[in-house]
Amino acid sequence: MSLPMRLSDALWRRPRVLLLLLLVPPLLWLGIVYLGSLFALLAQSFFSIDEFSGLINYEFTLRTYGELFRAANLDIILRTLVIAAAVTIAAAVIAFPIAFYAARYARGRWKALFYLGIMLPLWSSYLVKVYAWKLILAREGILNWLLETLHLDWLLAAYLSLPVLGGNSLSVSWTGTFLVFLYVWLPFMILPIQAALERIPPSMLEAAGDLGADRGQTLRYVILPLALPGIVAGSIFTFSLTLGDYIIPQIIGTSARMIGQAVYQFQGTAGNIPLAAAFAVVPIVIMGIYLTVARRLGAFDAL
Amino acid sequence: MASAISFEGVTRQFGTVRAVDSLDLEIAEGEFFALLGPSGSGKTTSLRLVAGFERPSAGRVRIFGQDAGATPPYRRPVNTVFQDYALFPHLNVRDNVAFGLRVAGKPRPERYRAAEAALEMVKLPGYADRKPSELSGGQRQRVALARALVNQPKVLLLDEPLGALDLKLREQMQEELKSLQRSLGITFVFVTHDQGEALSMADRVAVFNEGRIQQVGTPVEVYDSPATPFVADFVGSSNVLPSSIVARLTGHRHPASLRPERIRLAEAGLAATVTGASFLGAATRLFVEAEGARMSVLLPKGALVPDTGSEVRLDWDADALHVMTGAQDG
Repeated sequence: MSLPMRLSDALWRRPRVLLLLLLVPPLLWLGIVYLGSLFALLAQSFFSIDEFSGLINYEFTLRTYGELFRAANLDIILRTLVIAAAVTIAAAVIAFPIAFYAARYARGRWKALFYLGIMLPLWSSYLVKVYAWKLILAREGILNWLLETLHLDWLLAAYLSLPVLGGNSLSVSWTGTFLVFLYVWLPFMILPIQAALERIPPSMLEAAGDLGADRGQTLRYVILPLALPGIVAGSIFTFSLTLGDYIIPQIIGTSARMIGQAVYQFQGTAGNIPLAAAFAVVPIVIMGIYLTVARRLGAFDAL
Repeated sequence: MASAISFEGVTRQFGTVRAVDSLDLEIAEGEFFALLGPSGSGKTTSLRLVAGFERPSAGRVRIFGQDAGATPPYRRPVNTVFQDYALFPHLNVRDNVAFGLRVAGKPRPERYRAAEAALEMVKLPGYADRKPSELSGGQRQRVALARALVNQPKVLLLDEPLGALDLKLREQMQEELKSLQRSLGITFVFVTHDQGEALSMADRVAVFNEGRIQQVGTPVEVYDSPATPFVADFVGSSNVLPSSIVARLTGHRHPASLRPERIRLAEAGLAATVTGASFLGAATRLFVEAEGARMSVLLPKGALVPDTGSEVRLDWDADALHVMTGAQDG
């Protein structure tokens, strides 16, 4: 008997050994590399920086967290939160009909086309996509040219004159940041919703109709509750990815910073690792709160 | 009696396949009606045409005289018990049953009272707070039934309602469905591939094959006087004697149906060779071959079972042989 066969036989007789062999590598990875770095980060956030020497003071303190509540820092956190929430809601609204079509109607070649269309943007570099959007949204960009050609540039000008949302051009406005976030994370919302919708048997929708529910009622009472775990899963992606990203707001948007940029600057140029770490903990806490609330509201009941 | 459902030349085509082929059928009000046939025979599509999940490619489906062609499922006075029950997994039993009343805008106390009453009716009180995943197959079946009946439909459609249940439970549910239909007095239309179920429950049966109706009649008519060889074979697996033998015995140039339980082993009669036997418990099924036609004979308990290969003579009462003059398609 060959060695692989004997090995296979031995493992069949000792299923626990097989399980152990399968679990040890990922557990090592998760335990040491992943959680280890997370705890290192957490530990850093409980240190503080000496304002005069710029040296890190390795004593336990909550002072660094206190700094998060200074007006300028709180601004960064709230701004990031609002953008992340807006991106998540918009992504869910756009993703749902696409996912619904893919799950309920697309068959064969159309289904393949759907997956290709969703995944294709993920194949190219994220940086390239962001710069491409800069070309689209810039003052001399494609969108401006198109609107000028259509004699609709006054529309854009009117929009850009709006406070907060507008700016000199779309590429240096919050609207631009929002649009690019929305574009880049959309696949992460579509795919989980599609997976959730795919799991709803067609007879479930027929049953709702049979019992007198019109299209709107079927959506509200049957489809949405059953798709909710998928929507929540997608929103975890879009929300947390937006919370932590620092490249998109760096390239597209105003000079006001988001959390990711703050982390980047505090650990880099400012050399304030404890404050950077404290900032990095913020998205983790926010996601924790978000998931707890989602659970309380019964988002995972249909799982 | 007024007709509850009528099919008028209804065809439902999927691509090139005619799942239902120019169907004409009247189902009377208050009837317990069975659509019987093998899988792919068009019986389920016919039911779905009534529920409104499918629309006819040609012809008309009328529900209480009204053309239902433009009526969506949620406006039809019919409710369905689905084969897979299709209970909503995120709702407990009470909310599942009350779903129809909820979308109809009934206030909560009223719909919960009605749901409790419906659960009482299907003998499942006290389960209202459970989730469907916590119920057995038989209990889910009852919830599905309660969920349909709570809307007081004029016609209840049942798609293989007992298909997923084990034998004991199936027989019990057959009884209960029958008495439920009698006490409610509404029309039940149920789809089944199980001829025993159709014969024991239905007032009338339509036997389907390849999108067409082979025969409509009472269980006794369908069993004793099958119109076509298909019906004879499908309902109670009768022996279909080829027209050559029938012509010699009776003079008719048609195939005939001869039920296995009507045949006796005798001193004189049709000569046959025993090719095998299988023990069924209450009886023994003997396989024989006579003039090239394979037949089966049901021997009562205690009868002598001849050895395989031996010669026997088959006899039967004159009225047991039913000559079939119906169309021979299928």
